[in-house]
Amino acid sequence: MISKVKKAQILSLLSSGRRVDGRGLEEYRPVKVETDVIGRADGSARVSVGDTIVLAGVKYEVGQPFLDTPDQGALAVNAEFLPLASPTFEPGPPDENVIEAARLIDRGLRRSLALDLPKLCLIPGKSVWIAWVDLYALNHDGNLVDALSLAASAALQTSKMPVAKVEEERVKVSYEDKVPVRLAELPVTVTIAKIGSTLVVDPALDEEEAADARLHVSVVSGKLCAMQKVGEGSFEVEELHRAVGIALKKAEELKKHLEALRQGGGGG
Amino acid sequence: MAQGQLITPEGVRRDGRRLDELRPMELSVGVLKNANGSAYVRQGNTKILAAVYGPRSVHPRHLAYPDRARLRCRYHMAPFSVEVRKSPAPSRREVELSKVIREALSQAVMVEQFPFTAIDVFVEVLEADGSTRCAGINAASLALADAGIPMRDLVAACAVGKVEGHLVVDLTDLEDKSCEVDMPFAVMYGKRKVTLLQLDGQLSPEEFVKAVDMAMASCGKIYHMQKEALKRRHLALRRKVEGEPS
Repeated sequence: MISKVKKAQILSLLSSGRRVDGRGLEEYRPVKVETDVIGRADGSARVSVGDTIVLAGVKYEVGQPFLDTPDQGALAVNAEFLPLASPTFEPGPPDENVIEAARLIDRGLRRSLALDLPKLCLIPGKSVWIAWVDLYALNHDGNLVDALSLAASAALQTSKMPVAKVEEERVKVSYEDKVPVRLAELPVTVTIAKIGSTLVVDPALDEEEAADARLHVSVVSGKLCAMQKVGEGSFEVEELHRAVGIALKKAEELKKHLEALRQGGGGG
Repeated sequence: MAQGQLITPEGVRRDGRRLDELRPMELSVGVLKNANGSAYVRQGNTKILAAVYGPRSVHPRHLAYPDRARLRCRYHMAPFSVEVRKSPAPSRREVELSKVIREALSQAVMVEQFPFTAIDVFVEVLEADGSTRCAGINAASLALADAGIPMRDLVAACAVGKVEGHLVVDLTDLEDKSCEVDMPFAVMYGKRKVTLLQLDGQLSPEEFVKAVDMAMASCGKIYHMQKEALKRRHLALRRKVEGEPS
């Protein structure tokens, strides 16, 4: 919920091209990515976008393949909007917003083809690697999706897998020595909010609540790989194309944080 | 599936359709007596039943909004609607689809006319052969109109996909299973306002422009059929009231 006064202020500033926190319409808040922040995880990342803070942890586990893909490993994305992250989050089973965010990020990762799932098969039909990506919101100040998506990609990119050996139809896993995971380019997600008739990138919490609708756009290698319109409002076709254009441009900027990790740097 | 199995070099699909051709559709309105509004939509073998109850009182009452109706939506698949029996318990997919369908319809419904009430939309997939969320929106939109709830426009929905390198509309389950891209799309067609857009799969920026064009064109056809279905229903009702043989 947002007060009418606050919403009116956001709209009146936007009508002259300005935002409440002084940013440009297509400007992100400061983005920070740290990796290897949880020693027990096989990969982890803490991402902040302004005051929004999230944590992603990757765990590789040997398990059974899905029925329809017996010779492929699996990717499982799960999100938790912890009650400690916002006064509006409550304990309990994940609600529709959490499920939607997790499924959107899952689609982006899956469709980026970054993970070679057939290679994660150990014994067809019996044992495969499952990459568990668990996403935590720690402080909610809007645009959790972009932060979570970046954290998921950063954690996967810097993850190391335990080594599995197949001996006489049995899988033996050694957690002692881990090896880096071979991955193709991972996706980033850019969120564009439509407030009144203005499109803004990276909506902060108040802007998110004042928005008619949002468009989440996941991008990999200059292509769109997942999208979702969220919220009760609508986009005109011209606005959709404009939003996608902005997203493709901003994705290049976000991608640099992942490229920095690839070159061996930890921070950024 | 090997290249060329689903679409011939001439651009003909397994069921004989062209790339931009919809499956045969059947739309009927007012099919359930108890509901305030209802509709049945068949797109090929995809069969959807939608019912609307409301505006009615909200329970528990704290869920009511003081300035508008609360639109609620439940998308659900029958256990026998798919190849392998689906548990009737709501899956994560159904939770997400219930949300996106609600958000696809909400701008069309004049909720501000019914404060403190709920409008419940139930979308039941009786048989699933691809594009169920879009067929569900097509049915739900008709059911809302049938319930006599004031609306800004009808919402028409259609999925565009990429199969074996071709952009196609209204995917079947077979096409959906091996498609590179699935892009469900819904629009208040008369107002040209896009109320649902999802993308699952890789599209270049140029392909996206083409996909949106194809989706808009298909939604235009569906929108026309929705209006015809409503007209048929109203003519039938009028004949009944005026006592003419129907």
